Parts: sequence; structure tokens; C-alpha cells
Amino acid sequence: MAALAVLFTVFTSANAFAQEAAAATTAKPVDMGPVHKNAIFYVLMFLLLCLFIAIVGKALKVYELTRETQGKPEGINWNTVNAVIFALFLIVGLYGVYWEYSVHGKMISHMHEAASEHGQRIDEMFKLTLIITTIVFILTHIVLFAFAYFYRASDQRKAYYYPHNNTIEKIWTIVPALVLTLLVLKGFLTWRSIFYKVEDPKNRPISIEVTSSQFLWDIRYAGPDAVVGKKNYKLITAINNLGIDFNDKNSLDDLMAEEIVLPVNKPVRFILTSKDVIHSFYMPHFRVQLNTVPGMTSYFEFTPTITTDEMRTKLNDPKFNYILLCAKICGANHFNMQKNVRVVSEKEYQEWLTKQTPYLTNDLRKAFNLPVPVEAAPAAEQAPADTAATAAKVALDVNNQLALKK
Amino acid sequence: MSTISLHDTHHDDHGHGHHHETFLTKYVFSQDHKMIAKQFLITGIIMAVIAMLLSILFRIQLAWPDKSFPLLETFLGKWAEGGRIKPDFFLALVTIHGTIMVFFVLTAGLSGTFSNLLIPLQVGARDMASPFLNMLSYWFFLAACLIMMGSFFTQTGPASAGWTVYPPLSAVPKAMPGSGIGMTLWLVSMVLFVASSLMGGINYVSTILNMRTKGMDLWKMPLTIWALFLTAVLGILSFPVLVAGVVLLVFDRSFGTSFYLSDLVFGTQILPNEGGSPILWQHLFWFLGHPEVYIVIMPALGISSEIISVNARKPIFGYHAMVYSLMGITILSFIVWGHHMFVTGMNPLLGGVFMITTLIIAVPSAVKTFNYLATLWRGNIRFTPAMLFAIGLVSFFISGGLTGIFLGNASLDINLHDTYFVVAHFHLVMGSAAIFGMLAGVYHWYPKMFGRMMNPKLAYLHFWVTFICAYLVFFPLHFLGLDGVPRRYYAFTEFEFMNKWLTVNVFVTWSAIIAALAQIAFLFNFFYSMFRGKKATQNPWNANTLEWTTPVEHLHGNWPGEIPTVYRWPYDYSKPGAEEDFIPQTVPFSQTMSSNLPHDFEGNEEAERIQKEWEAANKPVTE
Repeated sequence: MAALAVLFTVFTSANAFAQEAAAATTAKPVDMGPVHKNAIFYVLMFLLLCLFIAIVGKALKVYELTRETQGKPEGINWNTVNAVIFALFLIVGLYGVYWEYSVHGKMISHMHEAASEHGQRIDEMFKLTLIITTIVFILTHIVLFAFAYFYRASDQRKAYYYPHNNTIEKIWTIVPALVLTLLVLKGFLTWRSIFYKVEDPKNRPISIEVTSSQFLWDIRYAGPDAVVGKKNYKLITAINNLGIDFNDKNSLDDLMAEEIVLPVNKPVRFILTSKDVIHSFYMPHFRVQLNTVPGMTSYFEFTPTITTDEMRTKLNDPKFNYILLCAKICGANHFNMQKNVRVVSEKEYQEWLTKQTPYLTNDLRKAFNLPVPVEAAPAAEQAPADTAATAAKVALDVNNQLALKK
Repeated sequence: MSTISLHDTHHDDHGHGHHHETFLTKYVFSQDHKMIAKQFLITGIIMAVIAMLLSILFRIQLAWPDKSFPLLETFLGKWAEGGRIKPDFFLALVTIHGTIMVFFVLTAGLSGTFSNLLIPLQVGARDMASPFLNMLSYWFFLAACLIMMGSFFTQTGPASAGWTVYPPLSAVPKAMPGSGIGMTLWLVSMVLFVASSLMGGINYVSTILNMRTKGMDLWKMPLTIWALFLTAVLGILSFPVLVAGVVLLVFDRSFGTSFYLSDLVFGTQILPNEGGSPILWQHLFWFLGHPEVYIVIMPALGISSEIISVNARKPIFGYHAMVYSLMGITILSFIVWGHHMFVTGMNPLLGGVFMITTLIIAVPSAVKTFNYLATLWRGNIRFTPAMLFAIGLVSFFISGGLTGIFLGNASLDINLHDTYFVVAHFHLVMGSAAIFGMLAGVYHWYPKMFGRMMNPKLAYLHFWVTFICAYLVFFPLHFLGLDGVPRRYYAFTEFEFMNKWLTVNVFVTWSAIIAALAQIAFLFNFFYSMFRGKKATQNPWNANTLEWTTPVEHLHGNWPGEIPTVYRWPYDYSKPGAEEDFIPQTVPFSQTMSSNLPHDFEGNEEAERIQKEWEAANKPVTE
């Protein structure tokens, strides 16, 4: 009786839970009825498939048992079956590889031509590696599956006792070693040519600083003096989000940019830094990638060779744009850290540059005790509320910093 | 006495029936290496299923980023509000999938299982050098698994900074919710796991070096033992470095130190940490991390060497070359870690050096592949399920290994680093290949573990669906990488150029789902055969190694009588002149006079003289 009572209470409480759950679900807009039906349908379909497989299995077993009782040899030679599937796999697989190379290979057509000088060298390296590895890939797989097919078990044959052959082993140690030496040498030279650049005084690279943070890129152009000024993370405030040190004269003319615009055929040197976590500055069309690491500045110098417009006509895609991605996991919005990148002619670049605003605002001048130019005053009047708000924020942040320093 | 008789009635102290075994001492707190192997295996399989389900979840997100699946909300609650997986949870899925697969499945599940099972059985020992430590190794591993899974039940969710948990992302809770308590649990779990694998590794090494049976010199050990031995050495030398790294990260997270942190600003809040470097973590992590991928693949290579030889009915081609290439891989794997860091901004000179060492490691790998192919050549191949998986492993090892030549090249890595090309590469070469090695091992040694046979037909189905789907999943991913699609992207919807891959993602996801369903065939086969499978015979595969000389019924101490003596290497298959196509290691040369080769005696003049005399005496008879 006691057990029954327990059962009863359990049942009622379970019921209560169910009612609660039902109430919870009815509160939601999604009608779970069809969803559950769908799920049950798929589960049933799968169970049906399992049943089918089980029936086939049983049928095979019955077939084999009857052959056994009749004293006949085994009905299905599974060695042959598997060997034939390996042979089929080889043929279909080879076609599949061809299909992949041609169809998916075509889908990456916008990547076929590198849009930078060093990128073309990387592509050469890539092509050489691709050719060698594809040949090895195809040949070894033909050998592997052909052996599987031709040397399948047979009662008539005995395997060939062949424990080793030093000559052959030497050959297939030395040949890969030689091929790899070739690849290493070429790779090493390519690598050196990318990261060890001799600066040409007549063709100095333009400097662009990129600061990554969750989840955006801040771009700073050097301005007329061609030098990006110093910055210090401790100076970061709401109005100085990069912590630029305006006591450094080089900072005064630094320009803020909404997008990365590069002049074609001119070397550019990216100065890569990060504010919070590691991100990766990745521009696949230029074959450029380097991590941005907090506390460390890294540099990537290259020369873009194809303008956006040229690339659009080449690819016959008027919507084509170069892209900047983040390639290092950095948080929830890692997948959407974009910045527009344009490569333009020198003339367009200069025009664009004149339209960019400097980082140094009047508020920052005040914060750094720099003289505020007179003509800027009307601008401040236009948005007095804004400035007041930001000024208040600055004060707050300064307080915060002081608190932190204490 | 020239042979050891297995029917010897002499029982030593370790013989069965001597001590009383309770359920607890037999199945739970067991110190018997065979039981511990099973514990490792079953825990590993459970973790593999969990990790596979996680991968299906994020594959669903990748294939249908705009679609709502209300059922997901039913199961995942706030992690999938409105039936759509949240970005933070997506990263958690990716992270925990990677962590479980690399550490819990392919390290503990693979090398833990087969080291425990095979080392004592194949070298001829009654048990591990330290059975108690062995038991602790399992329990630490289980604790690590439970803590890792426990992180799913925290408010802020599991660690989600990727399985490499690079700081500052993993160090600053503000950077992402997963870097809160979830990350702490990850680190605790990892320390326990490393402790587990060190206890295991030390045990494996000492057992192999000290407890080999009479006659089992190092060059008579099966390649499985060589591989497991070198794997254990790798683990002992590299795992402590991970612990060091992990402890420093714990300090940074919890005690305000700055080993990895400097110059950090979140919003406008400036963190006080100064002077550390996030790159330090990467050096410490990859100093383990790269040997780790060999810790994963080497046991699989050892297992497949054994299985290919047994089922091709041929000696493994170039046994010595196989051992030397394993040694080469072991040594080289310590000086290649920097190839994970080509684009971190570390000194480019280092990049150049690491590129050279990395590409050198392709040579021993190539030798191994060619030796596998040569072993198959003119063999008499029986396609047992284990053999199918071993051949599958060779295929994956080639496919994935070749793409490693791209990634090991620093200049190519610039554009391929952290893209789907990398994902495709390592899922083939260490993911699929190692899993296939593990499955091959399970199918091959199942009769040894459970005394019953698995159903071969279900295994064929399992193999073919998995093999084909694995290629369908991972081959197209190379092209996403070549297109510049970075890994760990929550959705491909924000960038115009990625839209064209959405259909490919749907295809890949369906392939992954089918592959996952195919594992049900394995799971059913595995658990059903445990109770209802056909009873195994003592040596079902006609193999030469020692484990098949033990009785089918398990007993503590492995052999009922004396431990058998070993006379020959383990690969005398299809030896000309022999009566059968295999000669177990326990058969002395005196019993196989008709098949002995001059090479067998390794310069023992006395034996050569006897052989010559015998041949002279028997010549007229044979002709």
C-alpha cells in the first residue's frame, strides 16, 4: 500500500511537472506539435532503415546457413565483395577528385590570381606543391586500392614472403627527401623574400596602423609626415579609443579612415596591434596574414598590384571587393569582423586621403593641453550637446584611470 | 625445454581463482590491465559519441544559419534560444568537440586502451609494472571527463576559446562568457588529464623496458608495442610542459599575474596586467600540442602495421625502417611546434627554421606509407573489418599528410593559416586516420577483450559508410580554405564571397549526419556482441603475437602457466617451407627447420651450423 501511495504521489507530481511544462510551452509562440511530429517521423524513418538492414542481415545469414547445411562452399565471398568495392571506390574517387578540382576549383576563381607582388611568388610555390602532392596522392591511391583489389585473399595463393629490401627502402627515403629539399628551399626563399625586405629609399612604403579589438578594426594613416605616431594603451579613453599619444608630434597629423584604401604598385607597411585579444589580420586576395597580438607590434609589408576596378573586369564581377577578415578566434562576433579594402590608382588615393579626418579633435587637444585652433570653434557650437557629453565622459574616464592607477 | 607448454598444469601465485573478487574490485576499482583497457575504451567511446553529437550541432548551424530548429531549444535551452544556436555556444561546441576528440578520445581512448590491453599481452607480462598507478590513471581520466562535461551545466557555459585556448581570450572572463567558470573547469580537467596520462605513460614505458618475457628483445617486439612505447615517451616528455602552461594560465586568471597578459583594454577599461606575452602560451602549448598529434597518430600507425601484416598474411615490409621512422617522428616532433605559429608575428627567422624541420618530418611519414603499400604487394589480403579500417587509415594518412606539406611551408601557411584548409588537413590526417586506427584496433582485438566476435557484415556497412562520408565531409573543406574562409566562423552569411559555400555546407552536414548514423551500426555491434556475439576461438586471426597464446577466458596474470618464451620476430607470415601461413612467436626455430632462413639466426654460428647440417641431411628428401 505504501509503495502504491509513493507511486501515486510520484505520478501526481510528475503530472504537475508536465502541466507546468505545458503551460511554459503554450506561453511560447512556437507550436511544438509539428516539430515533434517531424522529429518522430525522422526517428521512425531511421528505425525503418535499421529494420531493413536487420532483415537483409538475417536473409544473408539464412542464405549462408542453407549453403552450409547443403555442404556447398560459402555463398558470398566477402573478400571479393570488399575488394570490388575498393576498386569501385578508386574509380569513383578519382572522378570525384577530378570533379572537386574542376568544380570547387572554379568556385575559388577570384583567388586564382594574387593581387600582390609576393602573392604571386606564394602562388608559384603553391602550384608546385599542388602538382607534386596531387601526383603522389593519385599514384599512391591507385597503388593502394589496386593492391587491395588484386591481392585479395584466395585459397590458391600464398602471400609472398618479402620482409625487406634495403635498396628499395633507401630509394623511397631519399626520393621524398630530395623532393622535400626542393620544396623547403623554394619555400625558404619565398619566405625570406616576404619578411626580409631591403628598403628602397626612393620607394618608401606608406605606413598604415591597424588596431584590432572585439570586433572591429581601427585604421590609422600616417598623414603628411608619413610616420604613424606613438600610442600607449594607458591613454585610452572614450574619445581617444586607440590611446594615441598626441605629445608625440608624429601623431598630430594622423588620419582616421573608415576603410583601407591602398595605392596600386606602391609598397605598404601595415603596423599591426591589438587592444584586447589576439585577432588575425587576413586579406586572402593579397596572400597577407599576420596575427595582431596585444602587447606586441608586428609588421607586414607588401605591394598590391591590381586595383579593385581591374580585378572587377578581370573576374567579370562588378560587385567584387577585396576583403579583410579576422582569422583568429576572438569571441562571439569573430565571424563578422569586416573592413572594406580598396586598391586604387595613386591619383584616386591622394584624393581620398585629403577627405580623411585627423584623429586629433578639439576635445583631444584640450585633454593633451594642446592649443585649440580658433576656426574650429563654430564646429563645436554646432553640436554643443555632443561635446558636453563627451567632455563629461572624458572626465569620468580620467577618474577611472586614476582609480586604476591607485 | 624448447617450447612452453600452455597445457602445463602448474599454477603460479597469479593464477586464477586465488583471490576473492567482488563486483567492485573486478569491474570498478580493477587493477587488471585488461579491465582498465576496457574502461578506457568504453569511456573513450562515450566521449567520442558526445563529441560527435557536438559536431553535428555546429554542423547544423553552419549548414542552415538562418533556419530555426525549435527542437534545439528544447534540448539546449538558452544556448539555442528561438531554436538557433548562439554564437557563444557555437564556439563552445567547437572548443569542447576539439578538446574531447584530441585528448579524451584519441589520446586516452586510443593509446590508453591499447597500451593497457596490448603491452602486457604482447611483451609477455602478467600485468603492468604498477597496476595501482594504472587504476589511478583511469580514475583521473574519468574525473577529467566528468569535469569537462560538467562545464556544460554552468551559467556561463563551457570554455569556448578554441581547443588551443589562446590567452588573452581564454584568460579574461570579460572577453567571452566561456572564459569564466567554464574555462576554470577546462584547466582543472586538463591538469587531471595530464596527471592521468603521465601515470599511464610511466607505467607503459617501465613495463615495456623491464617486463618483457624471455627472448623478447626489443627487435622482436611487435610494431604496436614500439609505437605505444614511443608514444608514451613522447607523452612523458611533452605533457608536463602543458601543465606548466596551464598552471601559469590559472595564475593569470585567478591570482592577477601577467605571464601571458599585457597591454589589455576592454572597452575603455584598462587591465592592470603588464609585461606578459600571449605568444609564450602558444610556445608552451604547442611544445605539447605538436607532439600530441603524434601521440594521437602513432598508436594508430602501430595498430595498423600489425593488422595489415596479419591480414595481408605477409611480414610487415621493412620492420626496422618502420621502427626507425617512428623514432625519427618521435624526435622530430619536438622541434616542429613553431609551424603552428608562423603568422603569430614571431621572428621570421624562427619560421624558416621550423619550416625546415617540419618538412623533414614528412620523410619518415612517407617511408611508413610506402612500407604499408609494399606490405600489401603480393599479399593474400583478408578483408576483415580491422583490415578495412587499417587500409582506410593508410588512405587518410596519405590524403591528410600531403596537405601537411602545404601547411608546413611557412610561405603557403600565410594564406592558409586558420582557414578550413587546416580543418580539412588535420581532420583527415589525425582525426579520421587515428579514429580508423582505433576502430581497426577495436575490431581486431575485440575477441581478446570480450571473448566474442563482432558481426563482420555490420562492420563492413560501418566501414564503407564511414569511409565514404569522411571523405565527403573533409575533401570539399580544403576548397573553402583555399577560398580564404577562416575556421571557427559561426555563419557564412556576413561575407558576400562565402555565400557560395552554403550549399557545400549543407552537403557536408548531411554527410556528417550520415557518418554519425553509421556509428550506430558500430555501437550496436560493439555492445550486442559483448553478450550475444559468436564465441571467439583462441587465435581467430591466425596471428603470431603473444596475446593470442592466452586463453580466451580472462584471468588475472594472463597466462595460466609460465609466461611463454619468445623465439622469433612477430611477422613470420607465409614463410616459404612452413606448414601453415603463420608461425607464432613462441615456436622455436628447432620446430621449423624447413622454413628457417639464414637471416633468422642473426649471426648465431652454432644455430647456422645446425641448420646447415639439417638441410644437408634433408636435401634428398625434399627433392
